Amino acid sequence: MEKYRIDPRKGIEFGLYSLGDHIPNPHSGERISVQQRIDEIVEGAKLAEQTGIDVYSVGESHQQYFISQAHSVILGAIAQATEKIKISSSASIISTSDPVRVYEDFATIDLLSNGRAEIVAGRASRIGLFHLLGYDVRNYEELFEEKFELLNLINDSERVTWSGQFRAPLENAEILPRPLNGSLPIWRAVGGPPASAIKAGLAGVPMTLATLGGPASSFKISVDAYRNAASQSGFDPAELPVATTSLFYVADTSQQAMKEAYPHVNIGMELINGRGYPKQHFAQGADTRDVLMVGSPQQIIEKMLYQYELFGHQRFLAQIEFGGVPFDKIRKMIETIGTEILPAIKKYTAKQ
Amino acid sequence: MKIVGLSGSIVGSKTRTAMNDTLESVKKHFPDTEVTLLDLAEYSLPFSDGRNYMEYEGDAAYVTRTIMEADALIIGTPVFQASIPATLKNIFDLLPVNAFRDKTVSIVVTAGSSKHYLVAEQQLKPILAYMKAQIVQTYVFIEEKDFQRKEIVNDDVRFRIDRLAEDTVMLTEAYAKIREEREAKYDF
Repeated sequence: MEKYRIDPRKGIEFGLYSLGDHIPNPHSGERISVQQRIDEIVEGAKLAEQTGIDVYSVGESHQQYFISQAHSVILGAIAQATEKIKISSSASIISTSDPVRVYEDFATIDLLSNGRAEIVAGRASRIGLFHLLGYDVRNYEELFEEKFELLNLINDSERVTWSGQFRAPLENAEILPRPLNGSLPIWRAVGGPPASAIKAGLAGVPMTLATLGGPASSFKISVDAYRNAASQSGFDPAELPVATTSLFYVADTSQQAMKEAYPHVNIGMELINGRGYPKQHFAQGADTRDVLMVGSPQQIIEKMLYQYELFGHQRFLAQIEFGGVPFDKIRKMIETIGTEILPAIKKYTAKQ
Repeated sequence: MKIVGLSGSIVGSKTRTAMNDTLESVKKHFPDTEVTLLDLAEYSLPFSDGRNYMEYEGDAAYVTRTIMEADALIIGTPVFQASIPATLKNIFDLLPVNAFRDKTVSIVVTAGSSKHYLVAEQQLKPILAYMKAQIVQTYVFIEEKDFQRKEIVNDDVRFRIDRLAEDTVMLTEAYAKIREEREAKYDF
């Protein structure tokens, strides 16, 4: 775990993540400006740090209703605005980027932040960016696998000799700058069926697993498949961290949380994916066994610990601002996480 | 209530004729509904490449969005090689999973032979169920001999079309009401 800057003795890490969505607040119908949204993402990182949250991450998205096309630039600003919180991506779409450039960016963020940067590399759940950036979506899988491999190669050695299908070959190329402590934690973003989790396991890289809805036990299949694949491939699963990500909304009571959260989640899904979030599914989400993290602080704690028993994961990432959640609510949720949720889950999961 | 009629083939005239009559029946008996016909013969659509329907442009964007915004869909399909035409299957492939959640879908089939009667039952309904449609169970099956020079000449078929129109509207209203009552109980 040390290689990935994870100290299990301190208990499960708690992080926040943003996709950089820019959605009108469904309660008021208002949409803040792009500039304000970016400012508030940076501001959220400062608040998160102050309350003891471990990780803050911003993802890359290239389409309408998003502001994080240049997510690494935003992460650079966060590096400057904070001092100790880990800075990550959620995710960086490595398939449509040059791994050399991505590494240069994140190694620089690592230096700017005094060794706090990480990369979570993903394949993109929406595919419009392939056309925009000049890639053929028919190479969806292969683009990711090849570039992710190269990214890890660059991470492992300063000089790289490499050739592949989608990028000019590298001949003993020196990739600079180097991160503060020689390498970056690089995670594979995993969603959907276990196939991608198995690939992460076979490669022996940490996994960030998106768990957006449904019973936690369904995702347990991916976690098990990941660890089995890692073992098969000669890696020690005990040395490989697993993170999960969930939609998250906390309020004083579960009723208030459900009431406030639903319109945000629904409009976000509606505008981005073209289908809202069915109320029936959202109602089921209140069950402890469901991965949807919406409820009172006590309910959230129960769910997190239930999942911890199930997954034995090292990091949990919460998406608290999806679908136009106004900043005063974000601020309040960060406070609640810091004062009520973090102490409880750390106490339970820390290995003293 | 938005009702979309989908004429699922790009060749021939029988399915389009049947859809014209079906939508006329809807308009006549339920003048408050908003009725749109999508005849696939009039659009140029790519094969689905897996992207989200919102990322398509041109005809594909128009056709998929019109369907996604509908409360009810009446699908007209001929039978090709003992199945639905590829053009119709492509529409399903262009749409997202669960695309028909909270939508009522009914079916009009035209066929050259009565031996094709179960094609819709065995091949179309499973797709609609997978996509979460509320299916109007009884469909209208129309044979070659029921048409004469682009007109339906069998009164029995006309009556069945009227009943299908009514069933589609009634079921859409009923499901909307059930959903409303259920959602009111959620308190969020």
